[in-house]
Amino acid sequence: MQVDIEDLSVEIAGARLVSDITLRAGSGRFVGLIGPNGSGKSTLLRCAYRALRPAAGAIRLDGDDLHALGVREGARRLAALPQESASEFDFTAGEVVAMGRLPHQRSGGRVTARDTAVCAAALERVGAGHLAGRSFPTLSGGEKQRVLIARALAQEPRVLVLDEPTNHLDIAQQLEVLALVRDAGLTVLAALHDIDLAAAHCDELYVIRGGRIVASGPPDEVLTAELLAGVFGVRAHRVPHPETGATRLLFDRLPTP
Amino acid sequence: MSTDLPVLRPEGSGPAPGAPPGPATAAPRRLPLPPLLAALTAALLISVLCGTGLGAAGVTWAETLRHLRAGLTGGTITPDEVSSYTIVWELRFPRALLAAVVGAGLSAVGVAVQAMVRNALADPFVLGISSGAAIGANAVLLFGALASLGVWALSGAAFVSALAAMVLVYLAARTPQGLTPLRLVLTGSAMYYGFSAVTTLMIFMAERGEAARSAMMWLLGSLGGATWASLPVAAAVVLAGIGALLWWARSLNALAMGDETAAALGVDPDRMRRGLFVLAAAVTGAVVAVSGAIGFVGLMVPHVTRMLVGADHRRVLAVAPLLGAVLLVWVDIASRLLLAPVELPVGVLTALIGVPCFVLLMRRRRYSFGGA
Repeated sequence: MQVDIEDLSVEIAGARLVSDITLRAGSGRFVGLIGPNGSGKSTLLRCAYRALRPAAGAIRLDGDDLHALGVREGARRLAALPQESASEFDFTAGEVVAMGRLPHQRSGGRVTARDTAVCAAALERVGAGHLAGRSFPTLSGGEKQRVLIARALAQEPRVLVLDEPTNHLDIAQQLEVLALVRDAGLTVLAALHDIDLAAAHCDELYVIRGGRIVASGPPDEVLTAELLAGVFGVRAHRVPHPETGATRLLFDRLPTP
Repeated sequence: MSTDLPVLRPEGSGPAPGAPPGPATAAPRRLPLPPLLAALTAALLISVLCGTGLGAAGVTWAETLRHLRAGLTGGTITPDEVSSYTIVWELRFPRALLAAVVGAGLSAVGVAVQAMVRNALADPFVLGISSGAAIGANAVLLFGALASLGVWALSGAAFVSALAAMVLVYLAARTPQGLTPLRLVLTGSAMYYGFSAVTTLMIFMAERGEAARSAMMWLLGSLGGATWASLPVAAAVVLAGIGALLWWARSLNALAMGDETAAALGVDPDRMRRGLFVLAAAVTGAVVAVSGAIGFVGLMVPHVTRMLVGADHRRVLAVAPLLGAVLLVWVDIASRLLLAPVELPVGVLTALIGVPCFVLLMRRRRYSFGGA
């Protein structure tokens, strides 16, 4: 499913946080959003999973205006992992995954055999079948993230939106989560704070600063030393990976004038 | 409660991906729902029977059962049984039923409010509705307002001022982004103190000693005013409220995970919270109107329920009302018997019994709103 964000602007309490953003994620592509803190990445993604309403512009899923769809219909097409991890409620991992079926269920309706099967399959797919009965708040960060990806998969969406999914994870967990997302076979739109990880995993990158897109394209073309100096204020070195030859990035502070 | 409760937090982070499933000890124990519901329903029936049979005035069990049968089937009694019949059928039985209704309502609303503001300390009174109701009730008790309404004056005034308080809290807490949990709790708490100050002032200004005493009794919560007339409205509102909450149980789960998660799952958090707010206010208003502000039930029962059956609101909302009903029937029995013939305010007893039980349970199971 192709995602088109068209001239999207977001205002909160009179402040314009995102201005005229246009972005396309082709079907099955992994598209990364990078930018400094406060650049508007999360705001843009909140519009995509409908926690915010844009002031102008539209988000289209294969041409359909997302905000014109019912909330449940939208959630059947697009699943999200928001950044919040506030819940202190003692849900089991299995119960958290079962919430993914919500957009497919009627209020007060019964859980169908298919609901149960989809949830079990989603948990297995992320290698977390053994966690089903465990208390979600007591899981490690990596386990939680896997369970939340399973919840998103249980929604049977065509698009997956992730807001900094690798935050607070150790490096092995970060690589594992990104691999899971890559292999899900969905159109992915993800905000990532680690530029080098983003470069290694995304098909395309959009660089956002001050609520505007300043560059976009394949990571190799976008992540030039000039751009990284201008947007992130760092000195970047592009070096080939010793085994794969892919371009990787090393960072230093910019020399102080 | 069984004594060998499992520890919720196993060491380390569990087995690696692909490892064989860990031992079942890692799973939090959840009581199976059907037997639990059956046991609680049976307990509730027995409790209501005990609430009808036990009391300061000596009415034998045989008499109690005979009068209940007479009342339920429209049977006849002999003239010398009139006083014991009145005690059983006109006083104790509706009172036990009202205790069950109030306990169920406060517990269900407690569950809803805790999920709505995602705060473990929230209870039905955190929104300031009960103290708003107290203003109306006190106007009737102390100054004889609405005297033309007769027996309906007290509950009518309490309900109307509860709704007025709700509108005030809603308007004060509302932001362009909707009702946010923290703002709701803060506004509700602030209004609570404001309304309480007005109530205190009213008691202070009132001259009639006995009226001030009944106002105090009402503030602490009492089922002493229970009559058949006070039952239908309260019962209907409570049952409708529980039904609606069960209907929304899955959406409540999503809301408990956070507003953004709820939105991503197709649940509009702001709409949901507005609906819950109105529901909580209506049920609290209806309950407080007939029983005063009985504290602690709405805070404690939801937590105890989660300890028993986990956090899934479909289970919690099935169990909590029954548990709350049983609890309040017994607390009311105790309030009548402990210092008989003097009657203790129910709210004093719910706190005196509830606090130690709650602390004990919590320490045993390392519980805080569920897990971590």
